[in-house]
Amino acid sequence: MSLPNVSRRGFLRSSGIAASGLFLGFHLTETAAAAAATKLNAFVHVGADDVVTLFIHKAEMGQGTVTSLSALLAEGLDCDWKKVRTEFPGVDREFGPMQGVFGSQSVRTSYDSLRRAGAAAREMLVKAAADRWGVAPAACRTENSAVVNTASNARLTYGSLAEAAGKLTPPANPTLKDPAKFQLVGKPLKRLDTPSKVDGTAQFGMDVSLPGMQYAVVARCPVFGGKVKSFDAAKAKAVQGVKNVVQISNGVAVIADNTWNAMQGRRVLEVQWDEGPVAGMSTAVLTKIFLDRMQQPGAVARKEGDAPGALAAAARKIEADYEVPFLAHAPMEPLNCTADVKPDSCHVWASTQGQSAARQIAVQVTGLKPEAVEIHTLYMGGGFGRRAAADYVGEAVEVSKAAGVPIKLTWSREDDLQQDLYRPASHVRFAGALDAEGWPHALTGRIACPPFGGLNNGVSRVGVEGVADVPYAMPHLLVDYHAIDAGIPVSYWRSVGYSQNTFFAESFLDELAAAGGKDPVEVRRRLLGKSPRMLAVLELVAEKSGWGKAAPAGRARGVSLVNNIGSYTAQVAEVSLPKGKLKIHRVVCAVDCGRVVNPAIIEQQIQSGIAFGLAAALKGGITIDRGRVQQSNFHQYDVLRIDEMPVVEVHIVNSQNPSGGIGEASTPGIAPAVCNAIFQATGKRIRRLPIRPEDLA
Amino acid sequence: MAAVKFTLNGKARSVDVPPAMPLLWVLRDTLGMTGTKFGCGMSLCGACTVHINGQPVRSCVTPISTVASKSVTTIEGLSPDRGNPIQQAWIAEDVPQCGYCQSGQIMTAAALLAKTANPTDADIDEAMRNNICRCGTYQSIRRAIHLAAELRAKGGAR
Repeated sequence: MSLPNVSRRGFLRSSGIAASGLFLGFHLTETAAAAAATKLNAFVHVGADDVVTLFIHKAEMGQGTVTSLSALLAEGLDCDWKKVRTEFPGVDREFGPMQGVFGSQSVRTSYDSLRRAGAAAREMLVKAAADRWGVAPAACRTENSAVVNTASNARLTYGSLAEAAGKLTPPANPTLKDPAKFQLVGKPLKRLDTPSKVDGTAQFGMDVSLPGMQYAVVARCPVFGGKVKSFDAAKAKAVQGVKNVVQISNGVAVIADNTWNAMQGRRVLEVQWDEGPVAGMSTAVLTKIFLDRMQQPGAVARKEGDAPGALAAAARKIEADYEVPFLAHAPMEPLNCTADVKPDSCHVWASTQGQSAARQIAVQVTGLKPEAVEIHTLYMGGGFGRRAAADYVGEAVEVSKAAGVPIKLTWSREDDLQQDLYRPASHVRFAGALDAEGWPHALTGRIACPPFGGLNNGVSRVGVEGVADVPYAMPHLLVDYHAIDAGIPVSYWRSVGYSQNTFFAESFLDELAAAGGKDPVEVRRRLLGKSPRMLAVLELVAEKSGWGKAAPAGRARGVSLVNNIGSYTAQVAEVSLPKGKLKIHRVVCAVDCGRVVNPAIIEQQIQSGIAFGLAAALKGGITIDRGRVQQSNFHQYDVLRIDEMPVVEVHIVNSQNPSGGIGEASTPGIAPAVCNAIFQATGKRIRRLPIRPEDLA
Repeated sequence: MAAVKFTLNGKARSVDVPPAMPLLWVLRDTLGMTGTKFGCGMSLCGACTVHINGQPVRSCVTPISTVASKSVTTIEGLSPDRGNPIQQAWIAEDVPQCGYCQSGQIMTAAALLAKTANPTDADIDEAMRNNICRCGTYQSIRRAIHLAAELRAKGGAR
């Protein structure tokens, strides 16, 4: 803990907060490397008005981060938690190298840091009060944003002490509150952001407005990687309200006096494209490449025992191929960014998961020094991984730089679906061996998918996660991988590799159970001997779902497990197929995400992840033809709707383990739970997503 | 191009924009009323839902010329103080996650309750199935609509 130097108070001014009061900097540990850095990267301010402001390099995209982090801080500080405000300060070097929200990290990395920061600020306020009263700090207690003199019952509010406390030296090792005395953490507190989200006042990136701002849309090559060959702006410029047409690295921007007129200009803009090499790519071509590569061994991702030998000698061998398509993120708020580039400064307003990436691209485009670039973070209308990339920020900065005016750049839904960075299409070939008693004891999985997140010895870690790290003790296991770059941009999509690989692995394990004549829960139980937390959620979900007892008439159940983002999740889906039409009635989910900050938000996120995963299981699919995406809007890329949402029951394991993530915990397991239930109901094994009517018939 | 006159949240407004310009963009870009959201531009997601003469309408496909002399209500005009039973229920059930679709969800739900005071689950499915939420808040939306119906019954329609 220490006091930040005065120059870093700059962001206080931009927040409209007085520079006086108690201002405390601390370390928010992101990674081991960041923890070793000496720079402070988060700040707490206590103002004379009792308002506590947390400056933190996170952002809110619906996952409840603002609410959870505020509760953690307020718990340590003993302040009225309704007086906590969260600000996402402009990105700054002091805040560490990787600012953003991804990988379900926010609570995981903040739990201890925020408790400590709150406790340190509290000790400083207590010391200030004790000094004023001429008593020892031990003669004081705190409650509800005030210090109380235990002997006299006199009270001083935090606000009245903030200035004096701000002059004290922060304690190096503040005493942490006993978790048994927590009043906020672990309780189902209401979200702080709800009121502004029911009256239209919440400010999303899309809602930013600047004086003199103009509106831009960009025509991009429909083929990935294509470039502008030439363009004729005459017709676009003739459209009412169109102010300018400028070429940028990614296409041609049409700038107008409002978004609609810019879109009208783009409709008639004439661009000749150099489509490049990806113009020959299609889903059919890619599938053929996947299947060809399946014939050859890939780079080894995991090897235990001798899986090929065990398969050759097995009493019974089961083989199956599984596949999934590319998926778009489709957050409800289409991508957008507002940028104001001047000769010596660049301001960016964006709903972004990645403030560091946003600043990096703005620096690159403008040539300005990093300190001349400021990123203003707004609420995100969904992110799901898409907003971790900063391509759309770079576009807005380029257009503002070229046009010399503040620019709000908006993507249409068509732009969003056709120019995404997709969840990779993926193909896997499994073989599994059963012993003489019908228990699985060997597994091989060969995965082919476009690589992302870097290759290590030929293996994309995220490409194989969910198969290479199955939670089961399998004596013989071999997972190998083929990196196939099809020229289609891919990136992180809620739960990343687990989004496809858990479907593959949990479905195939179910196949092995069925082939061996075993109960799906019994097989998993037997293989989870070395994973007590995984086993515990399996037992909990089995109990709560009524596994082993008869399902309601006409319904069948399926189970799945996953260990991702530091959490353990088990699901049981209950489905029926009246007249062959799939209906998902109920999903029971047991989750162990370590120490719980807010059980209501955990429940929300489990439901949310299931809805997201169900959309992919039932509907989602981006297909490619002539290097172009064939889907353009929600009529061709449908998502889950209210009448398709099952009742989701969430059961949280009481745990004192370090907090795991929650935003991506339930997405991987829903597709296999549903497909395993379909098998129980019909005997049909679903080996590709989305589930098609013909696969159920 | 003639000015289009209409009533917005109870106040007379006049805008001078192309007649084909959708009400959504007039609200957001011309009038700075950003509570109504752009989601698809094709009447497919419901994020832009407003009321015109009390009926729920997708403002992204509603040319401003067709709004002339009509009365438009947006999320900003639903109540001055989040006091509409729908808003109260949305707060009580903590419905929003990212929140981007919720203006449209709330406006559609308000229109449902104005027509059907005590909707069944099937009524809710029918009225709400064209409002997309990517965060999957559907279970909470359903609970909140039932609660709002109770609140309206207790406090009278507003």
